[in-house]
Amino acid sequence: MSSIIHGAGAATALSTFNPVDSKKLTNLSVRSQRYIVAGSEASKKKSFGSALTVRHSQKLIPNAVATKEADTSTSTGHELLLFEALQEGLEEEMDRDANVCVMGEDVGHYGGSYKVTKGLADKFGDLRVLDTPICENAFTGMAIGAAMTGLRPVIEGMNMGFLLLAFNQISNNCGMLHYTSGGQFTIPVVIRGPGGVGRQLGAEHSQRLESYFQSIPGIQMVACSTPYNAKGLMKAAIRSENPVILFEHVLLYNLKEKIPDEDYICNLEEAEMVRPGEHITILTYSRMRYHVMQAAKTLVNKGYDPEVIDIRSLKPFDLHTIGNSVKKTHRVLIVEECMRTGGIGASLTAAINENFHDYLDAPVMCLSSQDVPTPYAGTLEEWTVVQPAQIVTAVEQLCQ
Amino acid sequence: MATAFAPTKLTATLPLHGSQENRLVLPIRLAPHSSFLGSTRSLTLHSSRRLNHAHATRRSPPVVGVQEVVKEKKSINSLLITKEEGLVLYEDMILGRSFEDMCAQMYYRGKMFGFVHLYNGQEAVSTGFIKLLTKSDSVVSTYRDHVHALSKGVSARAVMSELFGKVTGCCRGQGGSMHMFSKEHNMLGGFAFIGEGIPVATGAAFSSKYRRDVLKQDCEDVTVAFFGDGTCNNGQFYECLNMAALWKLPIIFVVENNLWAIGMSHLRATSDPEIWKKGPAFGMPGVHVDGMDVLKVREVAKEAVTRARRGEGPTLVECETYRFRGHSLADPDELRDAAEKAKYAARDPIAALKKYLIENKLVKEAELKSIEKKIDELVEEAVEFADASPQPGRSQLLENVFADPKGFGIGPDGRYRCEDPKFTEGTAQV
Repeated sequence: MSSIIHGAGAATALSTFNPVDSKKLTNLSVRSQRYIVAGSEASKKKSFGSALTVRHSQKLIPNAVATKEADTSTSTGHELLLFEALQEGLEEEMDRDANVCVMGEDVGHYGGSYKVTKGLADKFGDLRVLDTPICENAFTGMAIGAAMTGLRPVIEGMNMGFLLLAFNQISNNCGMLHYTSGGQFTIPVVIRGPGGVGRQLGAEHSQRLESYFQSIPGIQMVACSTPYNAKGLMKAAIRSENPVILFEHVLLYNLKEKIPDEDYICNLEEAEMVRPGEHITILTYSRMRYHVMQAAKTLVNKGYDPEVIDIRSLKPFDLHTIGNSVKKTHRVLIVEECMRTGGIGASLTAAINENFHDYLDAPVMCLSSQDVPTPYAGTLEEWTVVQPAQIVTAVEQLCQ
Repeated sequence: MATAFAPTKLTATLPLHGSQENRLVLPIRLAPHSSFLGSTRSLTLHSSRRLNHAHATRRSPPVVGVQEVVKEKKSINSLLITKEEGLVLYEDMILGRSFEDMCAQMYYRGKMFGFVHLYNGQEAVSTGFIKLLTKSDSVVSTYRDHVHALSKGVSARAVMSELFGKVTGCCRGQGGSMHMFSKEHNMLGGFAFIGEGIPVATGAAFSSKYRRDVLKQDCEDVTVAFFGDGTCNNGQFYECLNMAALWKLPIIFVVENNLWAIGMSHLRATSDPEIWKKGPAFGMPGVHVDGMDVLKVREVAKEAVTRARRGEGPTLVECETYRFRGHSLADPDELRDAAEKAKYAARDPIAALKKYLIENKLVKEAELKSIEKKIDELVEEAVEFADASPQPGRSQLLENVFADPKGFGIGPDGRYRCEDPKFTEGTAQV
């Protein structure tokens, strides 16, 4: 299969892969066959691993290769860091729709604690980029009330962990009000912020809230991992009529990638094929994608051919992409940064077992963070999250 | 109509938006029988010390508490309302009362279930405020929201159907007693947890301000947030007072202080029971008004709403009121003293308004009777309508969870789950 050829150049930290972004639903069922064929064509036409531009109207040809450096000569686009990509997406949406506004602590004059909103207050004013007092529950509720009355707020949690204080509003109002009001009020908010285990930030600043929020009915959750999908998901989330929680990761803000110049969005409900393969499906999201790709390098050298999928949509799961992969490889490894108990991996394991049990040759294995409060000490912190060596071991175990 | 309310002797009664001078708050002496007349528990004396710290000379907003804004309505020449206004107010209060009484009947007959919280006795607050609002102003309430919805203009039929859980209810039967929403009438709910609605109200007010200042539209809409005494010990209340005052949002915070949470007396739960005083601490006027008197409430409301419309910011209004029934229909109401209940029953706001209208020769008895009859028929008809309406079908189960049903995601077959024919039947796996 053509995809194996691409496998050799597989595992650098940053993929320039552009995911399928077809707006037409009919393409979805055709998608999976399409990419395998198209991948080989793409490799013949362009030099190895060029980033293909993405347009709404075209059916996308995903280039499944993770390459070293993007071929800059043939492709247009501009290079930037992930936080700049988020900022660009946010700014473009604010330019496009005057109802889009930002609320959060230090988003205005300070430019955001991770500089995602840098410069926006100067451009759009203090009311559109609102510096709130430190009261997560109330300002999240305020954003929800504003959304009900016509605005489209983007709420920033300075650290995702702080949104625990806003749980009342997120669960009861954000998730439920569209339903309880019989469909009368929509809540088109985007709740975003950095989460995940950083560099010795301590337990409370290293939280992964995706597992806590996943049961709330009425919300969607997405996790970005590259500048390309960060900008795309930010824009899609802002344009969506549903409340969306966008999970960013503290350690990924400085990733650099070349992204297209023109307007594009990433579908909120789709997963991203990072590296097609034959032997095993590895499902991951956010920072763990990079640990997986690092492990994939080692695995390829050992002769394995892993298929890596960045699930991106944490709620709902893209069972189509995942299912097709399981049907092909028959082995699944989930690598996540969430806690073991009740995490995204746990839900995903259940979903796969429920839907694709017949296709599995081995039990679904899930590598998650330890169920411990993240310790401060560097060595201990390293052992709480999944490391590439563990991924390699797990794959070897599953593929016996 | 003389008030039976012997207030604290706050010697400075100050206009809401007065000027800078004579701002001094003089020491308050609290009589042991207290300003909370109904309560037989005595209020602890507050030290007058505290009040000398008032921000008298300090900063700009001339905010001090106001009591007894409207002392007495004396002669015909200084009547507070016209005949038409009087009839509107009377009809609204009668509607609230009859509707709630009918709710109780229907509950005990098994037509509605769950937690139902009735508003009997507090009608003056709802009518006093909401009848001053336009259709585009917003109202946010709590679980005791039937009458707020009715005053705002939601039809009795829609509310009753909602309580019966029928498709024709204002929220298609999906909300229930505690979640009355109406986009058309800008009734933003109906919240089950206390304090939860206050930030939503703050957001609606923020929207108004945004429309005016950023989108440059002509927007004078205000938001009125209703909540109780128990909520005033909740963090969300304070967080929103801060934000509303900080940004001068067009919002009015109305505390319906009926002295009791469920079985917890306000005095047992609150270190400083005088809620109106908490307004000035945040830089907004705090007003205390007799919530059993619709005309007094209306006067205060006029000031507060005008302030908000002019962009001068929020106001905190504490309405001392009382609920004649238990906290909910499941509450046996054993803790409240019979004497307290009797005292407030004697100050029934509907009876008081009726007396005022007749004594001041604004209306004739017969006109009021015809209103009562009309409302009776309206409520009966609402019940019949609700009875006759269909229950929601299975297909309604999965609708409205998401505004964009693509949020249910992509199924294993590659199609969006909302395209699955079983989805519209309500039986799809989502």
